[in-house]
Parts: sequence; structure tokens; C-alpha cells
Amino acid sequence: MPEGSGKIQVRCTVNNKAVTFEAYPMARLLDALREELRLTGTKEGCGEGECGACTVEMDGALVNSCLVPAAQVEATKILTIEGVASGERLHAVQQAFITNGGAQCGICTPGMILAAVNLLRRFPEPTEVQIREGLSGNLCRCTGYTKIFESVVAACGESERDA
Amino acid sequence: METRVIGKSVPRKEGREKVTGRARYVDDLAFPGMLHGVTVRGPTARGRIRGIFFEGDIPWKEITIVTAKDIPGNNCILLLIEDQPCLADGLVNHKEEPVVLLAHQDAYLLGEARRAVRIEIEPLPAIFTIEDSLARKEIIWGEDNTFKSVRVEKGDVESAWSVADCIVEGEYETGAQEQLYIEPQGMIARASPADGVTVWGSLQCPHYVHKALVSLFGLPKDRIRVVQTETGGGFGGKEEYPSMIAAHAALLAWKSGRPVKIIYDRAEDMAATTKRHPSKTRHRTAVSSDGKLLAMDIDFTIDGGAYETLSPVVLSRGTIHAAGPYDCPNVRIRGRAVATNAPPHGAFRGFGAPQSVFALERHLDRVAAAVGLAPDELRRRNFIREGQTLAVNQVVHERVEMGRLMDQAFEASDYHVKRKQYSTENPGAAIKKGIGFACFLHGAGFTGSGEEYLASEVAAEATVEGRVRIRAGSTEMGQGTNTIFSQIAAETLGLDYEKIDIAQPDTANVPNSGPTVASRTSMIVGKLVESAAREIQTKLFQSGLLEQGYDAATFAKACGEYIGRFGALESLIKYQHPAELHWNDERYEGDAYGAYAWAVYVAEVSVDTRTAEMRVENFTAVQEVGRVIHPVLAAGQIEGGIAQGIGLALYENIVWHEGRMVNAQMTNYIMPTSMDVPRIRVFFDEIAQGRGPAGAKGIGELPLDGTAPAIANAVAHATGADIRRIPLTPELLMETLEKAHA
Ligand code: FES
Ligand code: FES
Repeated sequence: MPEGSGKIQVRCTVNNKAVTFEAYPMARLLDALREELRLTGTKEGCGEGECGACTVEMDGALVNSCLVPAAQVEATKILTIEGVASGERLHAVQQAFITNGGAQCGICTPGMILAAVNLLRRFPEPTEVQIREGLSGNLCRCTGYTKIFESVVAACGESERDA
Repeated sequence: METRVIGKSVPRKEGREKVTGRARYVDDLAFPGMLHGVTVRGPTARGRIRGIFFEGDIPWKEITIVTAKDIPGNNCILLLIEDQPCLADGLVNHKEEPVVLLAHQDAYLLGEARRAVRIEIEPLPAIFTIEDSLARKEIIWGEDNTFKSVRVEKGDVESAWSVADCIVEGEYETGAQEQLYIEPQGMIARASPADGVTVWGSLQCPHYVHKALVSLFGLPKDRIRVVQTETGGGFGGKEEYPSMIAAHAALLAWKSGRPVKIIYDRAEDMAATTKRHPSKTRHRTAVSSDGKLLAMDIDFTIDGGAYETLSPVVLSRGTIHAAGPYDCPNVRIRGRAVATNAPPHGAFRGFGAPQSVFALERHLDRVAAAVGLAPDELRRRNFIREGQTLAVNQVVHERVEMGRLMDQAFEASDYHVKRKQYSTENPGAAIKKGIGFACFLHGAGFTGSGEEYLASEVAAEATVEGRVRIRAGSTEMGQGTNTIFSQIAAETLGLDYEKIDIAQPDTANVPNSGPTVASRTSMIVGKLVESAAREIQTKLFQSGLLEQGYDAATFAKACGEYIGRFGALESLIKYQHPAELHWNDERYEGDAYGAYAWAVYVAEVSVDTRTAEMRVENFTAVQEVGRVIHPVLAAGQIEGGIAQGIGLALYENIVWHEGRMVNAQMTNYIMPTSMDVPRIRVFFDEIAQGRGPAGAKGIGELPLDGTAPAIANAVAHATGADIRRIPLTPELLMETLEKAHA
């Protein structure tokens, strides 16, 4: 990091746990998660806000963690892929991705699942257009998206119970 | 054949790790004391290195610096031949050529240091197009810029021109395409004279990397170890370039004495690693008035970039697929792979076939129009059948039902009704609609004698708990290797799918089952998995510890007793080339592939004539791939391939400037999003007759071949544009339409 900008302390909640980490103010949330907190489920595909592999929820909204500076994280609530299942019990979306072939190589999957969980919270019975739009910030090179739509549709009814 | 596990959509083996974020990809690993590594590349497309200067306010003493002179063994990335250096020494031949490597624990400082290295180069004239390479404007590789040229001859093309009712000619082009796996390439290495070299990374072919490192370090084979980490997509892009990155990380580790991690950022990955070969194809076709193909004369050229890498093999597949699934008495195909000063082009799903199939299927729509036949009617009159011969003089010994596949595809897509309806409605409409199709085949496995030469091996071993572990170098990169191997072994052994484990590909621990490429994993390696599992069972039967009709508990008991009495219960199976398959590499004829997948794809598009914006509205894919081992995975392969094909057809446009990709960002190199890919309807017409387990054939590459021409034919139907080139951007479509009106 450039000289002159010292590290700051950031306090926030990650996956329902209070955490504190040190980072330069302009350091990326993505790196703080992966390197400081060793939560490597959040992936980097482009580092420029295009692919959505780094998607996490911040105060309930989807963000590309590669674009969020650490300074903005103070006092927020972050949800990463590691916090989606309840212990060993998978979230309905995760289970649906396994059953319906929504994950192939798996690199887009953490971000895609967070986008799907967020979508189903906003639209418990989404239309196809809503699913397409809800996932349009998350690129997948493997599936052609069809199996991902099917996974989201399959998770619909299930996920209310889960949420 | 009745099956219990094969044909069922069991849960993906590593699915749980992937949906919970627990799967570990290379960038998720960290070793104590690990340094970051970066690559400094030559700034000129072709030239002589005059000097390397380490400038700026950088603590150079703290930084590990590696140049060509630090290489202990051969300075090359050994693949087919030894032409590509690991680090440029003297000459650079493209702008992304690695020259210097740097390592340090502080990634930020390292970035500054990379910018402070100045490589002084005396430029030499460079060439960037197939035309300039063929014209030998400069000789930049070998004697004539040609990596390889091949010739396919069937019958006598020259005899046909004078008797033809109609001769149709045309030239077609395809652009480069980036694989764009979402996980960028990366490697971690540990290396020292005492311990040898170990690398972990994102890769398709551990034994390719192994071979390259053995030569680079001049070490015995058992001192080099290559481990595949979870791999976030490959599509061919991680077939050969990982050897380069592994070599670089290992050299830095060797010199620094510390573990070194190199992860490419997206821009570096897109610009420097291999892409699909750009191509140019010329067709000249003789046809009778009733639509029978009399002669096909095809000239197919691909741009291989600055070094040979896999170009000869890509050329081979592209050439053999160039005449398609048609019966034609006289065929001549000339194929050439030539050099330019671009970074080497390489493997990308389809491997040359998408290029030549695009040309053929566009061309045949034009041939049909020239003889006044519907495009489907022309194909129907020429579809190859069992017993007839392909262009390479291979007699087709499988049941081929192209007409039936076409019927299914047309029925599912309502082709005839829509074709007519759009033709009537389009005139005057601002948004025009079109429907088009492509017919094609794709050979499974390595071309010609490739499989014989590879002589792949697979091992299996049983544990005292009655679990069976498959050991193979074949990699999982999302396509489902772990799952289908487990299904095959479970089926063979009469065990549950959950009882099978797949060893992590690690050259110290798995035999070489060949590269994970060429749609060969299910059919070729899958068959070896079946045999390896079978041999475990046979050993138990022969020892008298197990009898037919066993269950899991008795199997486990028998394994335990066997191991207690005789030691390890394992098997090692080597590929046996089917005696009836013959290939003549000199004459370029014979059994090019042991089996083919056959397909008919239908695309429906809309074109906004005001903006020339094109959308794929519907897509129907009907294929015959032998027995489908896992319906969900198989459909996923087809759908994913079609999405990549949509990109190839319409969106993925690489902008070149003097041999460098200038739009190496996801913001301006556009791959399809969930808004651009329609629901894709996939149908398998199963005729179990492949050479793989339970009759499986290959599947992975197939969807890339037919998608782009089906879309291009649909756009041609919608607009009347004479489409000759992909990617068909709105600008190109505009231009094509204006030319037609001028
Ligand atoms: S890594 Fe953040 S959007 Fe791609
Ligand atoms: S599963 Fe590989 S990128 Fe989506």
C-alpha cells in the first residue's frame, strides 16, 4: 500500500460473529476476508467488479467485495458463503445447486449462491426474468446458466422455511 | 444394458465442498514464508534483447530476480517440440513473452518493481496476419512460417468440376476466443536441490507440467511432483500454459529457497495465456442439380502465434472435421498452421473443429441456395450413413442417424413452421427473426494413433473397509470427472456410488491417464476405470474370498481378508488400442477417431435492424453421444458449451494491436451473462454403441462445434446478410448488410 496511509482497525460482523481486523483504508474487503480472516470461500475472478465471484452480502445487500474498501466495512454485517449453511445443514439453495447441477467448476458458485439467496429473500417466487436479472451480475463460464435457473427454481418453495 | 448407477444423476462428488466454499483452489492455499511471484514481459512483438535494467527506487537486493541464465536445465517449455523458451534469451517473438521473474513477500512492492524493470529491445519486423505469414513477408519461424501442413485426399476432386451443375465458392473466418475460466491461472511451487520440485496449481494435465519441469530442471522424474488443486474451469486454456507458470514459480522458489505463488490477474491471464486459434477457410464445392455433393475442396488455415505449442494437433482435428457428417465421393482438404508474432494460440474446447465446422455449415446454406434447395433438404441428401466413408477414408462402422436427429431437432424447435412464418413476417419489420441450424460430428479421443501413443494408465485400490479408490491423472475441472469415474467403478463393482473415492491428481501418486482434453475422459479413460475396478473384483473372486451376488458388507470383509493375507489389493490397467482401428499418418487417412458424436443444433434469433443488436431467443440441441453416464452433468456440459458458442458467434471479440490483446478485461471482452443465454433445450438420442463404459462416447467439446454456425445461419435467415465471419458483432452485421445494399 502507498506510504502515508496507515492501517486502520475495522470492526464488523462476519457470518454473525463480531470480528476485528487491521487493514489499509483502501484495502479491498475481498482481501481482508481471504487473507486476514482466512475465509477463502469468497473468490476473485476479475478484481474489477465484472464477474461477481467475490459477491458477499453487506447489510443485506449484494456487493462485489473486490470494490469495497475496508474503511466502508466498519460496523456493517457481512455474510459470506461460509455463513450460508447452518452448521452442517445446507441452505435450500446450496442443496438445490448440488441436486440440479448448478455448480460445475464451483468458482462462481459462492457468489452465485449468495446472489440466489438474496434474490429469494426479495422475491420468494421469482419469475424467470427476475432470476435472470438477479443473477446477471454473476458470470458463470461452465453451466450456460440453465442449471443455475433450475437450481433457483427448485430452491424456491424450500427456502422460505429455511430463511 | 441394464445399469444401476450409470445413467443416474447422482450428486456431484465434490458438490458439497463447492457449495459451501470449502473447496480449495490454488489461491486459497498459503504456505509459511511464501513469496509472491510476477512475470515481466517483453514490450515488443519481435526483436533482440539488448539489455535488462533494474531501475527506480526499489530495494532490488530484497527481491528475487530470475532470468534465462538461472535455468538449471533446458530453457524451454517442452510440449511437442522445444521451440518455446521458458524465459526469453536473446530474442522475443511476441509481446507477452516472459523475460524476467521477480518474487517478494510484499505483493504491492512487487507490482512497483515489475514496472521498474526496463527491457531494451532492438525491434525486428513482425507479422500479425495469416496472409502475411503465408506470403512469407517475414520468416519468423522455421524455414517458411509453417508449423504443420496436412492433406486429406479422397477420390479425385479435379474430376468433378467439369461435370458439376453448380460450383459454389466462399471464404470464412473465425476470430480468436479467450477461454475465460472464472478462476485465473495460478501455481505455487516449492523447490530446492535437496527436495526437488513440487508444484500445486490450477491445471488440466499434470503430466504435461511434469514433463516440462523435468526438462527445465534436468532432474530425475521422481524429483518432480505436480499436484492439481481444485480447478475453476479449463476449457483447454489450462492444458498447456500451466507448464509455463509452474516453471516460473518453480524457478523463483529454487532461487529464493522459499515457496512462491504466482496468480495471474485477469488482464495478464487474458492477454498472455493461449486463446482459440483464429482461422480462415476457403471452400469450393461441386454439386449436382439435385443437390448431391460431388466434390469438396477445402483450404483451412489457422494462426498458431509465435511458437508451435499444440497447433499441429489443433490443425489435425480442425482439418478432419472440415468436411462434416456428409458423404461426398471427392474431397480434398489442405490444412496449415502458420506462425505470427502473437502469443501462441492453443487448446480451446473443440480444438480446431469449431473453426472448420463454422465455415462448412455457413457454406452449405449458401450451396443450398445456389441449387435452389432448402438448407435442410441439401443436408438430407448428403448425410453420411453407416458403411459410407468420411473424408479421411474412414468407413463409418456405427449407426448414424443424422436424419432422425434432424427430425427431432426440427420438431422440438418447430423449425419448419417458424422458418416459413419469419420469412413472411420479416419484410418491413424492425425486429426481424430468424431460425437456422447446423449439422456436425465430433470425434472422441485423441486423433489417429494419438491414444496408442499415449498408452494411458489407470489404477484402483481397495481398502480394508471395502472402499475403492481410483487413481488417475485425469482432472476434475467442473466437467464431472470425479463423479462419472465413481459411477463407472460403482457400476462395475456392484457397490454404492458413495463407496468410491477418487485420488487427487498428483504425479507422485497417480499413473498417467493422459491429458484431460479431447472429449476422451468418459470414453477412453472411463473404460480403463471400468477395467481397473473389474480387476479388483476378479482378484477377489480368484482368491476365493468373494462370490458373485455379494453385498457391500461381504465385499468389505473380502477386501479386509485379502489385504491381511496378500497385502495391497490393487490393479493397474494400460490402454489397449482396438485392433480394428488403423490410422496412416503419412497419407492422413484411416480411423481418425474410435467413435463420433453426432448432432443437429437449431438456433432462433432476433435482430433489431436499427441497432443490429442480435439475441439468441431459443436454442435446441439434439445429439447422439452414445450412452449418457450422468444426465444432469451431460446436459450441463452441452448447455455450458452452447453458452460459450453463443459468445464465439456474437460477443467475444478480441481487439488486437500489433499482436497484443488490447481489450484484456471483462469490461470490454464480453462473455454471455444470464441475460444473453436463453433456456437451452437439450436432447440425447441414446444409441449405446460407443467404446466407453456401457456404450459412452465423448461429449465435452461437441457443443462448441455447431452453436456458432447455427446462430450465424439464423441471422442470415433473419436479415439476408451473407455472413462470413465470427464473432458477428453488430458493427460487422451492419457492414455486411450495407455492402449487400451498395
Ligand atoms: S472479482 Fe469482484 S467482481 Fe470479479
Ligand atoms: S461453475 Fe464454473 S464458472 Fe460457474
